[in-house]
Amino acid sequence: MNILAWTWIIVGLSFALYIGIAIWAKAKTTGDFYVAAKHIHPVLNGMATGADWMSAASFISMAGLISFMGRDGSMYLMGWTGGYVLLAMLLAPYLRKYGKYTVPMFVGERYYSQTARVVAVVCAIFVSFTYVAGQMRGVGIVFSRFLEVPINTGVLIGMAIVFFYATTGGMKGITYTQVAQYCVLIVAYLIPAIFISIMLTGNPIPQLGYGSTLSEGGLKILGMTDTGHLLEKLNQVQIDLGFSAYTAGGTKSKIDVFMITLALMVGTAGLPHIIIRFFTTPTIKGARASAGWALLFIAILYTTAPAVAAFARLNMIHTLNDHSYSEAPSWFKNWEKTGLVAWKDKNGDGKIQYAKGNAFKGAVAFAKDASGKVELGPQGERVVKTPVDDKSKNELYIDNDIIVLANPEIAKLPPWVIALVAAGGLAAALSTAAGLLLVIASAFSHDLIKNIIAPNTTEKSELMYARVAAGGAVIVAGYFGIHPPGFVAQVVAFAFGLAASSFFPVIIAGIFWKRATKEGAMLGMAAGIIFTAAYIIYFKFVNPADNTAAHWWFGISPEGIGSIGMVINFVVLTLVSLVTKEPPMPVQEMVASLRYPRESA
Amino acid sequence: MATKENQSAYWKENLTYIVILLGIWFVVSYLFGIILADKLDAVKLGGFPLGFWFANQGSEIIFVILIAVYVKLMNALDIKYDVHEQ
Repeated sequence: MNILAWTWIIVGLSFALYIGIAIWAKAKTTGDFYVAAKHIHPVLNGMATGADWMSAASFISMAGLISFMGRDGSMYLMGWTGGYVLLAMLLAPYLRKYGKYTVPMFVGERYYSQTARVVAVVCAIFVSFTYVAGQMRGVGIVFSRFLEVPINTGVLIGMAIVFFYATTGGMKGITYTQVAQYCVLIVAYLIPAIFISIMLTGNPIPQLGYGSTLSEGGLKILGMTDTGHLLEKLNQVQIDLGFSAYTAGGTKSKIDVFMITLALMVGTAGLPHIIIRFFTTPTIKGARASAGWALLFIAILYTTAPAVAAFARLNMIHTLNDHSYSEAPSWFKNWEKTGLVAWKDKNGDGKIQYAKGNAFKGAVAFAKDASGKVELGPQGERVVKTPVDDKSKNELYIDNDIIVLANPEIAKLPPWVIALVAAGGLAAALSTAAGLLLVIASAFSHDLIKNIIAPNTTEKSELMYARVAAGGAVIVAGYFGIHPPGFVAQVVAFAFGLAASSFFPVIIAGIFWKRATKEGAMLGMAAGIIFTAAYIIYFKFVNPADNTAAHWWFGISPEGIGSIGMVINFVVLTLVSLVTKEPPMPVQEMVASLRYPRESA
Repeated sequence: MATKENQSAYWKENLTYIVILLGIWFVVSYLFGIILADKLDAVKLGGFPLGFWFANQGSEIIFVILIAVYVKLMNALDIKYDVHEQ
């Protein structure tokens, strides 16, 4: 059976499983719909949180990013895991004790203000839509690469699946589906990594493998003669080609790496779709434990990713650099047709040269003749019509995503493993999309309709509104997936920056400081958001030409500016709270009660 | 029976745990993984330069351990001050 048939079968089976779970876990009450009736076991909640958190970007793109960035790439590894320590100690148990359904609801009640709640609703919806558009696009891309259907058809199939299980099951359906999706994606990620680790080093644990010495088989695959530590060899070849050593800091300044890591950590802890997962456990004890389980399940993938990155980088350079196209491994030729890899013989020596800098100016496009057939060069390579970048000797274009996508072929694994990677990528994208859609749905039905527009709504019609809102959100998300606004990549910095500079300080102060007032919270949020948004908008949209370290304040990039926004929010919140009237007694008592799992006399 | 003083003692102990554990959290990631990474790289852990290892894997593994320790400590503390859920 060929790869395509296997892919349809495995993807089809995984979708059937998700639909089956949705039918079994139908939501009957608003409690089911918003927080899965608070009946989710901490281990299962941990798995669901892991799938919720790990998006198409984590699964498909992260290892590739690290592979090209070397040690600087670890800001993603630390930044996207460290937030769980903050969640476990500073947020999850107290918000679980609060016991209601949404993040805006907590902000509104804690700061005794409908305005604060509305501001929180707007932030939650903006952050979630930003994110979900990228996920739907991710589903389309996986479909187009593995199943050879147009991207838009892929987006529509993804929409139909999410629509079905998010509207019937709500949080309950989403949780159990995410548990299944976690299992699919982690198996799909680990199998190729384990096999490549064995191939190159003989060590079956990838986390240890990339710190080991190359095995005899590994040397043969790479065409090398003398053995040594894999990372040392990688450093050597990087330096030979004019890059900085793989394990040393790259082009980013320390302060920028520090600030980006902080913004990602704090942003994680302020993302509503992650926070609400901790509302679903039966106990406060369970909420703490579940943050630990979530991070364990996430760390399994996040410690494998840098191993995959190092294996792939060494393998890629050794099997491509200074080899002719005809000698290139088959994965290179297979993926060439997707435009994710391309080669142009700049110096005409018939060999592929890899070096620092860009091979081409702009996105790669292949030349076609009058009849629409792809033109082939002297060795059978596809002719690139994009102008070459003369400033660099580099002849090779390699997309980040190829590192994970081509892994099974690099490891010469059977077709069903390639199919599994496709199913894993879809699982990662769909699970994150569903979690985000639920935040949007509950913000509409609970925070806007039930609380502000029509407080007399019955439970039954609120449940109906929630379903309609989830359905509507799927359609809007799908629209953005099919017509991606050009700025999707840019606004990811926005999502984290906003979560870091708005929600995080306000929630932390709300829990740990009884004296925090509504005026403080609102001005703090406004100051944090306006500062962060202004900085990002200036460098990303108004004056992108100046988006370089020389023009940044203190060398902090727009990706890391949320950290400063967070500090500004905290400072304004504290100063304003101290000069305004202290919160009413019932609010202060509510804050005090959050501190104890059970109050007594 | 938990009293008001008991409850504030419980909260103080909780805050102490948080400060210590977040101190470790900061040291292993920001200090070892970023600020001091170049100096630590002189030390090798098997085939890994130490600073690189902290940035790539070490901090993630230690994060998991920190949460596990916090969960254990707090479960014991809840019982000690009689504020645990029944």
